[in-house]
Amino acid sequence: MPVDLESRPAPGPVAAGPGLAGARRRVADHVFRVAALASGLSVLVVLALIAGSMAQKAWPAFRHSGLDFVTSSRWAPNVEVFGALAFVAGTLLVSVIALVFAVPVSIGIALFLSELAPRRLRRPVIYLIDLLAAIPSVVFGLWGLLVLAPAIVGVYETFGGWMESVPVLGTVFGPPYNGKSLFTAGLILALMITPIITSISREVFDTVPAAQKEAAFALSATRWEMIRGAILPHSRSGVTGAVMLGLGRAMGETIAAALVIGSSPQLTARLFGSGDAMAAVIANQFGEAGGLHRSALIGLGVVLFAMTIVVNAVARSVVRRQPASARGGR
Amino acid sequence: MTAVPPGLSDLSTSNVGRSRRARNRIATLLVYASVLVAAVPLMFVLVYVARKGLAVVNPEFLTSDIPISSRRPGPGMGPAVVGTLLITLAATVMAVPLGILAAVYVTEYGQGSRLAGAIRFLSDVMAGVPSIVMGLFIYTVWVLRFGQSGFAGALALAALMLPIVIRSTESMLRLVPDDLREGSTALGASKSRVILSVVLPAALPGITSGSLLAVARAAGETAPLLFTIGAARAVNLGMFEGPNTALSSQIFANAQLPFAGAQERAWGAALTLIVIVLVLTIVARVISRRFTVR
Repeated sequence: MPVDLESRPAPGPVAAGPGLAGARRRVADHVFRVAALASGLSVLVVLALIAGSMAQKAWPAFRHSGLDFVTSSRWAPNVEVFGALAFVAGTLLVSVIALVFAVPVSIGIALFLSELAPRRLRRPVIYLIDLLAAIPSVVFGLWGLLVLAPAIVGVYETFGGWMESVPVLGTVFGPPYNGKSLFTAGLILALMITPIITSISREVFDTVPAAQKEAAFALSATRWEMIRGAILPHSRSGVTGAVMLGLGRAMGETIAAALVIGSSPQLTARLFGSGDAMAAVIANQFGEAGGLHRSALIGLGVVLFAMTIVVNAVARSVVRRQPASARGGR
Repeated sequence: MTAVPPGLSDLSTSNVGRSRRARNRIATLLVYASVLVAAVPLMFVLVYVARKGLAVVNPEFLTSDIPISSRRPGPGMGPAVVGTLLITLAATVMAVPLGILAAVYVTEYGQGSRLAGAIRFLSDVMAGVPSIVMGLFIYTVWVLRFGQSGFAGALALAALMLPIVIRSTESMLRLVPDDLREGSTALGASKSRVILSVVLPAALPGITSGSLLAVARAAGETAPLLFTIGAARAVNLGMFEGPNTALSSQIFANAQLPFAGAQERAWGAALTLIVIVLVLTIVARVISRRFTVR
């Protein structure tokens, strides 16, 4: 018996047709879409606000100092002379020291996790790296200031003694020896950037096709030869990106450096002596700064912002070129 | 198995030259050593903080006010504990919904569009903005007009968390299979309905754990709070009125003082802060392991 479906009245507003309910649904749909779009745009707005508002507040200092702001190394707030070169150099020195220690260690741990680790060691080591990433930087700074700095001066003196007669190194590692120094800051930062470099490198290593590794083994390569021949060439750009992300993090890291760097505004290559870095200067001087000095510190923030943006943008575009699963970060 | 057929060379490790084997062994040793190099200082820090901290942390330390004079020995850190919890909570309330919605836009609406690509790239860039710059930013746009308060600190922490939440949510939404979206669309659900009742619930464990990691990161931050919350020695529950304080800023301030009492309070605050951050991290890990969508 044929049923006439057409003549039956629709039972309530279930149908998605052009009824009142349909209109309400379309409005809800539209509202949600707009809300999502607005949230997405908030990232653009915040970044634009950061650049705009800080540049505006820093403008008096930039106009006052001109190019000297980044080419002179004389920083004397009491006579309104603001040359930040020493801080830029300090930031780069500390970051390079941190990378020198953190990169080999991080790549080693990443290789351990992706190639060497026995199953029961894998998880504890992953937890270890997570733990390292979770510890607040101010805690590393506290430990660095009250425990590491007093203990490490002796090491600096001994090492400096060995290097005394070597031409360039004798200066770089020469006196004055200070527990609160560029080198101590670099060591602490190395601990702090190890997790980020490790986790991204590991994800990059994990994307190496198994066929390539097996091919290397089939050619009777040892494990090390397999790593050198198959894994490292395949991962070069990904690991470069990871290292640059670590560099960006080291340049912006503030609190630990502010506590252990020694705060002395001089252009120096003496790593075992005190120095200063941009983020640390801002943290240490902002509280008691006023007027033009405050404006100059915000200007320092603008320069730091620009430097980290460039480093991170380059790093991200390098990492993004890797296969999708190789993109890291937390 | 072990016998090598005639005409083929023996490829087992026993036949590898001595120098190659030595090199392999050295490389293996170096890899193991690198794990130790990271583990040893970490253990030093943790054990030291635990030893120094356990000597001072007790219920009184966690609840009583900070002494009027930093020279004075004894507890406590109550206002800082309250401040850290309140400020982090306020930052979470602002950053997590905004970040999830932004990620929804990038993965569900903007697929392939230029704008979505730009938002993704810029949130990556924003994740690299130094935390001290976030503090300066909130100082220039908020503190100069409305003064220091807990809320100003929460704004700075929210700006720090936003890109982390976007990135982790985005990667979780990508793991949701398209079959689910297509199936519910075929049943007549509208796009917002598909997202709210199918996609987000499917990705919820991952989103929760990613957001908790962002919260943990924010709770430990000091730099964004330096110029935004001021300093207080008594509990301030008013997020918009007057200066506040937090564990991280107390550690930073007390570490630089030459008084034994202040340094003891710094160690106690450090232990408290590590415990808070670790609990958040562990809960996040447990959630993500228990509910992982594969």
